[in-house]
Amino acid sequence: MTEESMDIDMSMPTNTVEEFLRMERMPHIWCPGCGIGTTVNCFAHALETSGLDLKKVSIVSGIGCTGRVAGYLKLDSFHTTHGRALPFATGLKLANPELKVVVYSGDGDLTAIGGNHFIHAARRNVDMTVVLINNFIYGMTGGQVAPTTPIGATASTTPHGNFEEPFNLPYLAESCGAVYVARWTAYHVRHATKAIKDALLKRGFSFVEILAPCPTLYSRRNRLGDGLDQMKFYRDNSEVKNDADTKTVGLSFQGKVIVGKFVDKDKPTYLDSMNAFYAQKFGDKYSPYKG
Amino acid sequence: MKADPKGVMAGAYFIDGDHACAEGAIAAGCRFVAGYPITPSTEVVERIAERFPLIGGMFIQMEDEIASSIAIQGAVWAGKKAMTVTSGPGFSLMMEHIGLAAMTETPCVFVDVQRGGPSTGLPTLPGQGDMMQARWGSHGDYGIIALCPNSPQESFDLTIKAFNLAEQYRVPVLLMLDECVGHMTERVVVPPAEEIEITPRRYWEGPKEGFLLFKAAQDRVPPMVKAGDGYNIHVTGLTHDERGYPVMTAAAQEKLIRRLVDKIRLNSEAIVEYKEDQTAGADIVIVSFGITSRVAIPAIEQARREGAKVGHLRLITAWPFPARRIRELSGHVSCFVVPEINYGQMVREVERCVAGRTRVERVSHGGGSVHNPKDIYAKIMSCGKEERR
Amino acid sequence: MADTEQKKKGLGSVVINAERCKGCGFCVEFCPTHCLELSEQYNAKGYHPPVLALPEKCTGCNMCGLLCPDFAIYGFLFKKKKK
Repeated sequence: MTEESMDIDMSMPTNTVEEFLRMERMPHIWCPGCGIGTTVNCFAHALETSGLDLKKVSIVSGIGCTGRVAGYLKLDSFHTTHGRALPFATGLKLANPELKVVVYSGDGDLTAIGGNHFIHAARRNVDMTVVLINNFIYGMTGGQVAPTTPIGATASTTPHGNFEEPFNLPYLAESCGAVYVARWTAYHVRHATKAIKDALLKRGFSFVEILAPCPTLYSRRNRLGDGLDQMKFYRDNSEVKNDADTKTVGLSFQGKVIVGKFVDKDKPTYLDSMNAFYAQKFGDKYSPYKG
Repeated sequence: MKADPKGVMAGAYFIDGDHACAEGAIAAGCRFVAGYPITPSTEVVERIAERFPLIGGMFIQMEDEIASSIAIQGAVWAGKKAMTVTSGPGFSLMMEHIGLAAMTETPCVFVDVQRGGPSTGLPTLPGQGDMMQARWGSHGDYGIIALCPNSPQESFDLTIKAFNLAEQYRVPVLLMLDECVGHMTERVVVPPAEEIEITPRRYWEGPKEGFLLFKAAQDRVPPMVKAGDGYNIHVTGLTHDERGYPVMTAAAQEKLIRRLVDKIRLNSEAIVEYKEDQTAGADIVIVSFGITSRVAIPAIEQARREGAKVGHLRLITAWPFPARRIRELSGHVSCFVVPEINYGQMVREVERCVAGRTRVERVSHGGGSVHNPKDIYAKIMSCGKEERR
Repeated sequence: MADTEQKKKGLGSVVINAERCKGCGFCVEFCPTHCLELSEQYNAKGYHPPVLALPEKCTGCNMCGLLCPDFAIYGFLFKKKKK
């Protein structure tokens, strides 16, 4: 052996992602080729490099395939009711502002049944990070249409094709008041990791949409191949347009995908506003609310 | 432990039941309230909104009752005592989250100031039609506690009791007011903080290693922890094991749900509370709760003046129901009379407990006002005409 | 000979948990240096896990690790040993 090879440490390091996972619960329930696990890697790496005190990080999810993320992450994790992760997270954060609250859930959970809570949480600019995994479908329950399902796509409750206009989620988030809005796909692992990290460190309602394949339902029903085919589609059809006008980033069935960081601005958070307001009203009688 | 003097507005006041409930919550140490306006409960949160900023409390009017009923649970897991307030239509909306609180053993208080129902019903007028819903309203099986104040003073006192029971049994507790009790104004005495006993949250004090968030300690109740303390807890509404991890099997269901039911059922002797008046040796016993218990008094007094041996059992806890006491009474009583502002809800519990041994009569009232005492009196007197066994 | 062996080593390598793999193919397709291949072997679930077919091309970038939805592979950089 040469001098050089003796200098190289050949021992196998551990996968640092596993430190964030409840390994006793592996394997997870997600299908082969599902993109949710990919996003969990991004999230774990983002957390790892964020410098945040992990004890203070709380994950809140709703119901659905993405909702299962809470159960696999080794943090204080709350698997709440369908659509209601955001109000739970609001209660958690406002009761203890020191907590770093992350809502990690799916497109149906957060914008259909959870739609009302989504717009109000963004409006209030409660300091939290929302990671929305958009697979254009209700996966867990067998592939029903979602408010994000593109026109023309088939789902089990739109077996003849969907004719409803889907949400443009970055536009929705921005118009409701989110201070950070980004969209990436499960293919864009490094960008997504950076976006999640930025969102974690950003004060205020920060929103990251990540498109992910649902091979078993969305892709299969719409003859789009498997998860890998969908990932290749993201690779070949995404265009990075940071600072794009969110009005223009709507998605169509197998159409171009605009990705990037669209909104990154500063605004007082809910608690900032509250404390400033009451301080002005009550003067010395008011102690800033710290939880 | 004693109440925190910072919130306690010690003194005597002339306030209504809704306001008294708010003061009771503050005295109990509640510092997080999420609510949504709904008549006739709104005054509770209005007073909370007024009082909280200067005592370090957090009130937020959420976008709906569904959000309110889960925001409080987030607050509980962050370490606060929390409450939400509503009336019939909102109570219906909150049902899923009452079930979530029961399933995840999240201690919190839900106040329902009952009004005429069903549906939009009679927003500004009394009803007592949510009593069965209080017990069975969420899907599935679980144990629950529900208290019925009959005055503004009791609204204050029983709100404190509700918080204490919630902490003791790690369960959501329902406070069933009605529009009358909520909107009637009476003298309410708020004692000084050192005279108010409150139950602190039973936090785990042992080692972190191997801690099980859903493993029952004493009384079938597991200890609590909170987010941010490094326990890496997992809380889910799915059927779960003692770690809190989802386990979807019949065996896990039996183990968990039986404990959730038994937690209240087998501790009911310690939880049940009622007040009795002249029930020993009574021929006829009125079983009542809330405002109806006060309306029944002139009827009972008139009947007694005419020689009837009438006793009165007033429910403080509607749930768990005082089954044992009703069964005991059915041994010597010839008739139970159950007046309630509904078409027959708690009367069914009386019927269930006596199992045909004793006559049970209901005095139903659809809602919109309280009973005319004459109707209760007439029913009492019609029982008396029966032959004694 | 020793020098030739040294040249065959890349900047890093991968650790593969073959039994966890569900054969999605993300790692093989998107590895920037195309050094991964699906194995001819099957794991217990019936999937073909990846193998590091061209170890000298591995840059230890961990693209595979970030992409893998099943946490079945990750890459790492070789480090110089501390003296």
